[in-house]
Amino acid sequence: MTTYEAGNYDVIVIGAGHAGVEAAYAAAKRGASTLMLTMNLDMIAFMPCNPSIGGPAKGIVVREIDALGGLMGKVIDKTYIQMRMLNTGKGPAVRALRAQADKPLYIQEMKRLLENEENLTLRQAMVEELIVENDEIKGVITETNAIYRASSVIITTGTFMRGRVIIGDISYESGPNNQRASVKLAENLEKIGFDLVRFKTGTPPRVNNHTIDYSKTEIQPGDDNPQHFSYETTEAILDQIPCWLTYTNEGTHEIINENLGLSAMYSGMIKGTGPRYCPSIEDKIVRFHDKPRHQIFLEPEGRNTEEVYVQGLSTSLPEYVQHKIIRSIPGLEEAEIMRAGYAIEYDAVVPTQLWPTLEVKKTAGLFTAGQINGTSGYEEAAGQGIMAGINAASRALNKESVILDRSQAYIGVLIDDLVTKGTSEPYRLLTSRAEYRLLLRHDNADLRLTDIGYNLGLISEERYQRFLQKKEWIDQEKDRLKKCQLKPNDKLQAMVEEVGGTRLKDGIKAYDLLKRPEVSYAFIEKVTPSDQELPFEVKEQVEIQVKYEGYISKSNQQVERLKKMENKVIPEGIDYDDIGGIATEAKEKFKKVRPLSVAQASRISGVNPADISILLVYIEQGKVAKAANR
Amino acid sequence: MDQDTIAAISTPIGEGAIAIVRLSGEEAIKIANELFKGQDLREVKSHTIHYGKIVDPSTKEQVEEVMVSVMRAPKTFTTEDVVEINCHGGLASVNRLLELALLQGARLAEPGEFTKRAFLNGRIDLSQAEAVMDLIRAKTDKAMNVALKQLDGKLSQLVGSLRQQLIETVAHVEVNIDYPEYDDVEEMSNHMLIERTDAVYEEVEKLLKMAKQGKILREGLATAIIGRPNVGKSSLLNAFVQETKAIVTDIPGTTRDVIEEYVNIRGVPLRLVDTAGIRETEDIVERIGVERSRKALKEADLILFVLNYGEALSEEDKKLFEAVEGLECIVIINKTDLKQNLNIDEVKKYAGDKKIISTSLIKDKGMNELEEAIADTFFAGELDAGDLSYVSNVRHIQLLKQTLQALEDAKEAMEANMPIDLVQIDVTRAWELLGEIVGDTVQDSLIDQLFSQFCLGK
Repeated sequence: MTTYEAGNYDVIVIGAGHAGVEAAYAAAKRGASTLMLTMNLDMIAFMPCNPSIGGPAKGIVVREIDALGGLMGKVIDKTYIQMRMLNTGKGPAVRALRAQADKPLYIQEMKRLLENEENLTLRQAMVEELIVENDEIKGVITETNAIYRASSVIITTGTFMRGRVIIGDISYESGPNNQRASVKLAENLEKIGFDLVRFKTGTPPRVNNHTIDYSKTEIQPGDDNPQHFSYETTEAILDQIPCWLTYTNEGTHEIINENLGLSAMYSGMIKGTGPRYCPSIEDKIVRFHDKPRHQIFLEPEGRNTEEVYVQGLSTSLPEYVQHKIIRSIPGLEEAEIMRAGYAIEYDAVVPTQLWPTLEVKKTAGLFTAGQINGTSGYEEAAGQGIMAGINAASRALNKESVILDRSQAYIGVLIDDLVTKGTSEPYRLLTSRAEYRLLLRHDNADLRLTDIGYNLGLISEERYQRFLQKKEWIDQEKDRLKKCQLKPNDKLQAMVEEVGGTRLKDGIKAYDLLKRPEVSYAFIEKVTPSDQELPFEVKEQVEIQVKYEGYISKSNQQVERLKKMENKVIPEGIDYDDIGGIATEAKEKFKKVRPLSVAQASRISGVNPADISILLVYIEQGKVAKAANR
Repeated sequence: MDQDTIAAISTPIGEGAIAIVRLSGEEAIKIANELFKGQDLREVKSHTIHYGKIVDPSTKEQVEEVMVSVMRAPKTFTTEDVVEINCHGGLASVNRLLELALLQGARLAEPGEFTKRAFLNGRIDLSQAEAVMDLIRAKTDKAMNVALKQLDGKLSQLVGSLRQQLIETVAHVEVNIDYPEYDDVEEMSNHMLIERTDAVYEEVEKLLKMAKQGKILREGLATAIIGRPNVGKSSLLNAFVQETKAIVTDIPGTTRDVIEEYVNIRGVPLRLVDTAGIRETEDIVERIGVERSRKALKEADLILFVLNYGEALSEEDKKLFEAVEGLECIVIINKTDLKQNLNIDEVKKYAGDKKIISTSLIKDKGMNELEEAIADTFFAGELDAGDLSYVSNVRHIQLLKQTLQALEDAKEAMEANMPIDLVQIDVTRAWELLGEIVGDTVQDSLIDQLFSQFCLGK
């Protein structure tokens, strides 16, 4: 094999999926010369499964990416076919935006943005080998013998690593959607000494729009006044396209039960661990056999395509059975399958091998991000991607690395869970994984993260000034309401009663009145308008911050307590074998995870408080000893 | 330094005449002061000791006479504010004190935590660090053994089932949040949530009531034997002691001249109080008078009132009958071997609905009936011995009380029409607190519940 030197970069990103694009963009924006390698330039940020972005927890991640200066929010805001705010009947912490994406358009828009990015080079190539010297990454070698050198390399190969597609009893080596699998790179990783696991996921069939009888289904329209993910989006897309809801029935379940033995899931063909929250239809019917029906959402894959995604019908049954299943469902009796559903198995990296920066512990300068780290979902991938990109650039440019903690962002929760606890199945974010859910809201992502994004150079000056203005308005308005004493006159009493509240006994500060459950900011505004024309986001923020102040400050106190433990840094090179008294199980876990802080150590499963106490004492002892030696 | 305030009994339990409850942390002095009747501890000089009384702030009931040392940071063992409350060595009183401190906001110290704090705050020198680590390990193992023993199978079962109810409810709320379009479950309303948590609330309340009974079981039913001189009190005492040969411990007090003896009667542990008085002299009423008896009676959970079959009812007997009015009391007519001079009808009149047992302790007659009566008195009602052993551990009681508080907070939030995801925070907290009792608080189990309870996914 004659290789050739093809170029030197600060950062190389392998893969151009949702993790790869964010990683490459963030690294380039930070000022690192960045090369993004993908085996197919037409598939940048391709969505191999459902055509949607966002939803509970995930939608907040998209907001966070945008607050940090990433791409996902901007691109989906330009290419959605439908936008909905979910959980509007619940509290502000769990409201979440979800968009139906125009898949081909999403790819185009993402590619356009990347192509026009300074510092970023896009190239079509399949990476087969990493160059590692003395446990440090030096570069990559492609299938076409090109050597690219860099001080940081990020692997974002999704489900391509030794990917294997399975439909019934047919199985073949393949990435998603019949793209090539990445085999040599996986072998190379194994050779380097990576701990890999086999995971599985799946996707449902797509059917032709013209063959669906929508009269038998229920319409699922988007919001009339769509909100957006990105803090930069100013224009809404108004001609939205609806989704449709139908159901499986006993006939469907009978077909599945009859053919269960043919499902790759149940015939033993699939060895990988699948996600519980994304089960195949055969799984649902086996595990919940007394359910008479399951929801099926029909979701268009774009404006310029007739393909419709059949959400709820992920399957690895043989193709001919899939036809029968589809036609048993109301509205789909005549439906033509355009692509069959399939299961896919792939290699993932055991994520406890990573530092919280997503750098590989054993190989300096090498990062992994996205589905390769055992997660599932576009948003989870993108969230890791932007952090890996930031930190890979940090390393190349000799700057500080950035770790978001669990109280700062869902992205922090996600990465901390991965590197601290690992995962035994493809990991999906859920709001219940966040202990500070109330702090990690959709509405305040900018307040949490814009400063960080700006300091990293990912946020433009213009946008940052706008952000500062917003913050100022919020503070001013809260101050004003605190000072504004309202008299309990007849007019106010009548207004209070009109919204179902009890009459005021005394005068009250507008601030305190807003705390009443029945009182909204709009109400306060009627009583005492601000002399400034405040934007909607400011009013929303004031209302949330005032109304839930009690709960928010309770959460903040918890965070403060945690911070003390986060600040207790575990010295690099600590020898856990030297610590008497720590239980063996905890010792093994510590050695594997190598937590950076005492707080992280305490989150490792199987570690008990006594182990943490002893660890604390040991660390303190080390400090004392050091001081004594000086 | 600004850590939470911890409390623990820092003397070996039941082994000393005096016991010490120690508090350390920012709020130590404030917490002690809230329990203390005497000088304002917030105002006193550092490293001084003060006499006073411990009063239960909720009932205003006086609990103990104590000496309290106040030591302010940084010249203390832990370098934090430290308060040491010296009280009588009896298990019951010192436990009560600790409980009150916990209720005022202190946290029960982890094993070895005072020493750990001392070390982390730079108070102990390097050579001691190793010892500190050993201590934490040793104490933890011991504490775990003890805790395991204290964790009754039935308790863990009951707590487990309450947790299950809570987690199913929480999972229901979570599924509404994380899968808003999943239409297979009803949208959980605040109203539904109240109903479900109310059921758990009631159970926890019941457990706490049992805890009180359980405490009696563990610490013994304070039992006073009273009666005029020469009615057979010491024979009764001896009969108990010989019968069961189950003296658990005797703790000579220092300031109070009391010896307690423990006997076990058909599964009911009796803590016989003021037995010293009985042993030294039969003459309890003569020596200290009815007034003193009344005081002893007040502390007793059960009174055994002995009469002499051979003598007529005296004025003193009648005074004692007055004294036991409204108290749990068994009337024992002893010395039935003698010639009858006691008017039984008169005794019945004075005794009212109190149980009357006839014995001849000298002839070994009537003990069976007496023991049965004691057991009946105690187990009357729906409780059985198994239930009673449920909750006896201060930590468990503390956690149950916190659980109750969390459920109350949830209810309050629901009534204030807070969004359900906020209300749920406190419900989840209750689930976690119950989990601490059985040693299981893994967050992941919520996610497991979510996916086993509901059929989710695309």
